[in-house]
Amino acid sequence: MRKWAFWLAAIALLLVLQATLRGLIGAYYYQIVILVGINIILAVSLNLINGVTGQFSIGHAGFYAIGGYTSAALVYYGGASIRSALQFLPSLFQDTILLVVGLFAAAVLAGLAGLAVGIPSLRLRGDYLAIVTLGFGEIIRVFILNIDAIGGSRGFSGIPQLSNLFWVYLLVLATIITVRNLIRSSYGRAFISIRDDEIAAEAMGVDTTRYKVLSFVISSMFAGIAGGLFGHFTMYLHPNSFLFTTSFYLIIMIVVGGLGSIEGAVVGAILVTVTLEVFRGFGAFRLVNFAIVLILIMIYRPQGLVGKRYGYS
Amino acid sequence: MVLHRKTRTKNHNGKSTRPSGILPLGGFMTRKPWLILLCVVGVFALTSCTGAKSDSTSEIVIGEFGSLTGTTATFGISTKNGIDMAVDDLNKAGGLLGKKVRVIVEDDQGKPEEAQTVVTKLITKDQVMAVLGEVASSRTMAAAPVAQQNGIPLISPSSTNPKVTEIGDYIFRVCFIDPFQGLVMAKFAANTLKVKKVAILRDIKNDYSVGLAEVFADNFKKMGGNIVANESYSEGDTDFSAQLTSIKSKNPEAVFMPGYYTEVGLVVRQARKLGLNIPFMGGDGWDSPSLMEIGGEALNGSYYSNHFSVSDPSPKIQKFVADYKARYSVTPDALAGLGYDAASVLFDAIKRANSTDGAKVRDAIASTKDFDGITGKITIDKDRNAVKPAVVLQVKDGKLQYVETITP
Amino acid sequence: METFLQQLINGVSQGSAYALIALGYTMVYGVLRLINFAHSDVYMFGAFMGFYLANNEWIKTNLGTSPFTAVLVLLGAMALSAGVGILIERFAYRPGRGKSRFALAFWLGIAGAAAGQLVNASLASTLIGAAAGLSIGIALEKVGLRPAKENSRLALLIIAIGVSLFLENGGQQVFGADPKFFPQIIETKLLDVGPLRIDSQKLIVLGVAVVLMVLLNIIVNYTKTGKAMRAVSFNLDAAKLMGINTDRIIAFTFALGSALAGAGGILVSLLYPKIDPLMGIMPGLKAFVAAVLGGIGNITGAMLGGLILGMAEVMAVGYGESTYRDAIAFIILVLILLLKPTGIMGKGMIEKV
Repeated sequence: MRKWAFWLAAIALLLVLQATLRGLIGAYYYQIVILVGINIILAVSLNLINGVTGQFSIGHAGFYAIGGYTSAALVYYGGASIRSALQFLPSLFQDTILLVVGLFAAAVLAGLAGLAVGIPSLRLRGDYLAIVTLGFGEIIRVFILNIDAIGGSRGFSGIPQLSNLFWVYLLVLATIITVRNLIRSSYGRAFISIRDDEIAAEAMGVDTTRYKVLSFVISSMFAGIAGGLFGHFTMYLHPNSFLFTTSFYLIIMIVVGGLGSIEGAVVGAILVTVTLEVFRGFGAFRLVNFAIVLILIMIYRPQGLVGKRYGYS
Repeated sequence: MVLHRKTRTKNHNGKSTRPSGILPLGGFMTRKPWLILLCVVGVFALTSCTGAKSDSTSEIVIGEFGSLTGTTATFGISTKNGIDMAVDDLNKAGGLLGKKVRVIVEDDQGKPEEAQTVVTKLITKDQVMAVLGEVASSRTMAAAPVAQQNGIPLISPSSTNPKVTEIGDYIFRVCFIDPFQGLVMAKFAANTLKVKKVAILRDIKNDYSVGLAEVFADNFKKMGGNIVANESYSEGDTDFSAQLTSIKSKNPEAVFMPGYYTEVGLVVRQARKLGLNIPFMGGDGWDSPSLMEIGGEALNGSYYSNHFSVSDPSPKIQKFVADYKARYSVTPDALAGLGYDAASVLFDAIKRANSTDGAKVRDAIASTKDFDGITGKITIDKDRNAVKPAVVLQVKDGKLQYVETITP
Repeated sequence: METFLQQLINGVSQGSAYALIALGYTMVYGVLRLINFAHSDVYMFGAFMGFYLANNEWIKTNLGTSPFTAVLVLLGAMALSAGVGILIERFAYRPGRGKSRFALAFWLGIAGAAAGQLVNASLASTLIGAAAGLSIGIALEKVGLRPAKENSRLALLIIAIGVSLFLENGGQQVFGADPKFFPQIIETKLLDVGPLRIDSQKLIVLGVAVVLMVLLNIIVNYTKTGKAMRAVSFNLDAAKLMGINTDRIIAFTFALGSALAGAGGILVSLLYPKIDPLMGIMPGLKAFVAAVLGGIGNITGAMLGGLILGMAEVMAVGYGESTYRDAIAFIILVLILLLKPTGIMGKGMIEKV
């Protein structure tokens, strides 16, 4: 009963915000709020694989990209036929279904990519895994660059704007709650055990293979959803938005916030996104100062601002 | 015997045994990170609120976006220089509609999503009445929908991909488009250089390069020519020996390389070292003061299409070159000239519309005819592209020389 | 056949470029287990130092263009790069290991200088800003703000990324974002050997790279400091217990690696004379792949990995699709890590329980 009440209240609140926020704070801040939401989804999902399962993955931008392009391609090329099949519904419902279908496809394809990356990862530890994931991220990007049907180096334009505050933050909630529940379950305990001591976990009978791959797949699915939301908001996708520097920024978010906890990921995502915007005032020195702040935070508080890890009492 | 699942929720020292989660939030709220977060958001809110709310009664505010940092920084900086000069010249001559013009510049770092964010900021937060930008078609295409949605006219000084203006009727450009530019060089190759076999070397990461190469190939083949090789590289590459060796083995009479000047210099050097001494041809992406610096003597005998030539004796161009040199200590390139023209066309349109209203200015821009710009006589056609001639320049004895003009 | 041989030569020269950078990566990783992302930017820094040195009026007029000048420029840039490496280690990585004084002052000083530069583009304003930042930093440290004692490897990695971002963007501000032309301090002669056309510059670069590798090998395997470096890379704590000043050895490793990166920057810029502040990113990434390919922590492996990677790239581009050039490096990477993760020359690591 309480779950229903919670979701009802959340949906109601989001609908209200959706209707009013843009008018209140202006399109610029509205856009920042949306980007923050998308980054939260990315950070929380990345945290699942890095902070909770302890697998060092720095190729998240690849799954982000796959999700974005998949959803965009599906809606762009298949949108007309899907719409004609749903002609009896009002346009708003058509858009909703279109978005849901797109995001679902994004999640599936990104999840498959996660499988493809996760399986080789079984054999690798630490830094080697990091490099492989980095490599995969770049390989994905270069391949997208060469596929003309989704724009390649021209970029994919003409994506209909289907996502908005409501959808982004609804999915933010869904992501956070799903990941939280996952962590509190036996799956979560398995993940944490793999992070803390993989050999001991294996010795205690935890099927590390299965859980590591599961972690990758779930994490990449959410990244795919974030990508879909991104594409449907900016209406234009270009491989330059998915460079390894993007992956680095995501890692920075979760580490600055505090590796291992959802709060950390959320705080980190908000902080980094907002800081980068605030620093626009510094003009040319924007990224220089961002780098300095980053270095100082890592020197003086390496456990991140929230600094809490699951599994520690 | 029942296996008892652990139900204790607290261990011996009172700490919870559950993995900590979002709730309870009690002690969490008083921790430092939230304070820091609040501070940052607060600073953000403050700095943004105190941002100069443009006083539209005393000045006209226009926005500009470009890549002032990143790999194509010189493009953004050149364009900015041109626009700044145009604004200053205008303000010195009394301004527009009795008011001074002010430009707010934002850096998109060469990233498409940044372009979109900054243009949104310019339009919705800074309340600009028009936007100038950008050089790279991919970034203009990311930002243009925002301008279109908000009814703010956007003029691109140098994006040549035809798809840019297709985004909406508020999007314009003051340069020619790639279909025309590709035709220009194809004509030049077939009729002036009289070559039949050409190899193409294009930048696969660059939509401008890919598009231009395609148009050139189509037109050149229609004129009876033959494309003997089609190689590619990536923006940022430094070694082209593999592609050049491959090209050499196909015996072309010339090479068409429609990329950015950043790679051209290196390519031509390496080509000469490999014994490939045929002429190289290119597009307006070659145009930059750094081209000659990097390419040196190897560039002699190369040609490229451009928007204007600094050695053109026309008094208007010479004055522009002299003023620019006095102000920035370098010779202007085509991007600076186009930046200047984009701003000038906008000012002219505002004057003719006698208002800063988006729709009126848009209509005025659309009806621009024979505007006397630095880069030629500009007429905006029904597709909101500029109809103007292109010049072909030759590198001879380390200098740029004008060869001919090709009209549409 | 002639094309094939030509491509082979191209591959070797491209590979020697990667090898030089890979050496630095592999050394630092061996000693600190840290992927020094900032390494590629020290490479860029070396190239720019060489640029400024070679264009220096005094040197040009007094020494002219001769092999002697070239060597001087090379050594000068290497020394400056080593200096930068030491600064980075001292003020970014060592605090990440929990100990440093004045790190805060250093960074705040730079931030202050940047702020001063923004306020008023004059030297005075910049210096005032720097002084302000320095004082705030020193004051904060006196009050008790100290680096965290935790030794988190991930935090070190983020610091490395931060330093890299700092050098790249700072370079764009200080050096200017536009590409510059690197002066040809070593003249190039085109030698015709049979059907092939060999660029003497490429041979010189390859030669210098080999010499540097040999020197490095001597230092690491035949000197006392080298022995200390090997000890530290084997087991940091045991080395400390044996009386080795690990901090100094680590600083030395950084200096050496950075000097090599700087040398790499100059040599590569001779072959491909375009330099810009972002020139290090791609070569850095690929050199890292090369280091892993050869077995990270292994010096000969780095050289080998570089050559193989260069060759593979050139062959793929020459005979296959040039559009996938960047992907080649990563595909090789993934393959190697799947088939033999410790690299060609690496030894299998037994993980102790």
